[in-house]
Parts: sequence; structure tokens; C-alpha cells
Amino acid sequence: MRIVVQEAPFDAGAEADSFAAHADQVGAIVTFTGVVRDSDAGNMQVMEIEHYPGMTEKALTKIAEQATDRWDLADVLVIHRYGRLVPGDRIMMVATASRHRKAAFEAAEYLMDYLKSRAPFWKKEIAASGQADWVAAKDEDEDALSRW
Amino acid sequence: MDVLYFAWVRERIGVPREQVETAATTVMELVEELRQREERYEAAFADLSALRVALDQDLSDFDSALDGVREVAFFPPMTGG
Repeated sequence: MRIVVQEAPFDAGAEADSFAAHADQVGAIVTFTGVVRDSDAGNMQVMEIEHYPGMTEKALTKIAEQATDRWDLADVLVIHRYGRLVPGDRIMMVATASRHRKAAFEAAEYLMDYLKSRAPFWKKEIAASGQADWVAAKDEDEDALSRW
Repeated sequence: MDVLYFAWVRERIGVPREQVETAATTVMELVEELRQREERYEAAFADLSALRVALDQDLSDFDSALDGVREVAFFPPMTGG
């Protein structure tokens, strides 16, 4: 299991290759990469991501451990950035390795659902005008947890 | 104890963290104490349904006891991913 919280960009291709190279005896690897998308109004210039150093790593580790308890996983990777990002930047990545496809897919979705509302990150959208707004949590993100 | 604030809670209160001397036994009592202090705390804690709390970096709730807790953090619902 590898949990990375960093400000710097990451190379999703190299991370996926390295993850695959270390996964023995597996039949499936699922990777998901999250990308900063523009605001609905289409005027976002910068996305600032704040986090809670210490708790972030702890929360992500706990979520990854829960996934490992629940599915037969050979390995889990979570990378999440913070700081100043712009639309198109890669913001986070999860990877899961398992003997079987279903477990890898389900565990990746579980990780995504949980880290959206249980990992201490907060997003702020800053428009070209300077207008800055904190992104509100969505009820549907909280509801998504109930399916697990 | 150390009290930390994140996102708009931090912006409303004006500091990211502070040392608070308190006799509060629960999170709720601590919130009430802070609210009495100044308008900026009242503004931050006006709607508790919009806030989350972590005790020693574990998500908790407002009824929780503060026994032995060293770090309390207040923040809005998280928006990771």
C-alpha cells in the first residue's frame, strides 16, 4: 500500500507502470486519475486545495485499509495533490491490483467515494475576476457512501 | 489544547490554529465557549450542521468528550477527489 500527499505534479503513466511492476500474481489492475475540471460557469482560473497535514495521511490510510479488508487486493495506491492547480491538471490517482477484475473495479470506486467525503481536503475555485468560492460538498457524494 | 480551523472556518476566524485554555468537557461546550468570545467565532459557528469536527485527527462529533484530547479541528464538509 502506498499513500502519497504532495503539492508537486505526478506522472500518472510512470506511477501506473511502477504499480504494475510491483504487483505479483494479479489478474487485474484498475487505475483512476482525477482531473481538475473547469467550474460550471466556465470561468475558473485556479483551484486551490487545502488539506489537514497529518489527518490527511491518516484518513487515506484508513480508507485504503478498509478497502483491503473488504476485497482481495494485492496492492493499493492513492496519490492526492494539494495547493494551486489549474483546469486540466491531474489532481489525484488511485490504483488497485487484484486477482480479479471485479474486486479491482469495486475497490477503486470505494476508494473514490470515501476519499471524496472522508479525506480532509477542501477545494476553492478562483475565477479570472478574483472571485473565490469554496466548493460545497454535495449530498450525492455523502449518499454514495450508503451503497457500501 | 490546540484548536485548528480549515477552509472558510479558518477565513472567518482569521487564524489557522491557536492554543485554547478551556475547562470544556465536550466539543459542544468548547464551541459555546468560543462563541462567547468574539463575533468572528459566532460567525464561524453559527450553523453547526455545516461543520465537522476532528479530535486528534479522527473524525468525531459535537457530543464527544474532550478527555485527553490534544488537538481539535473544525472544518466544513470535505471535498476531496
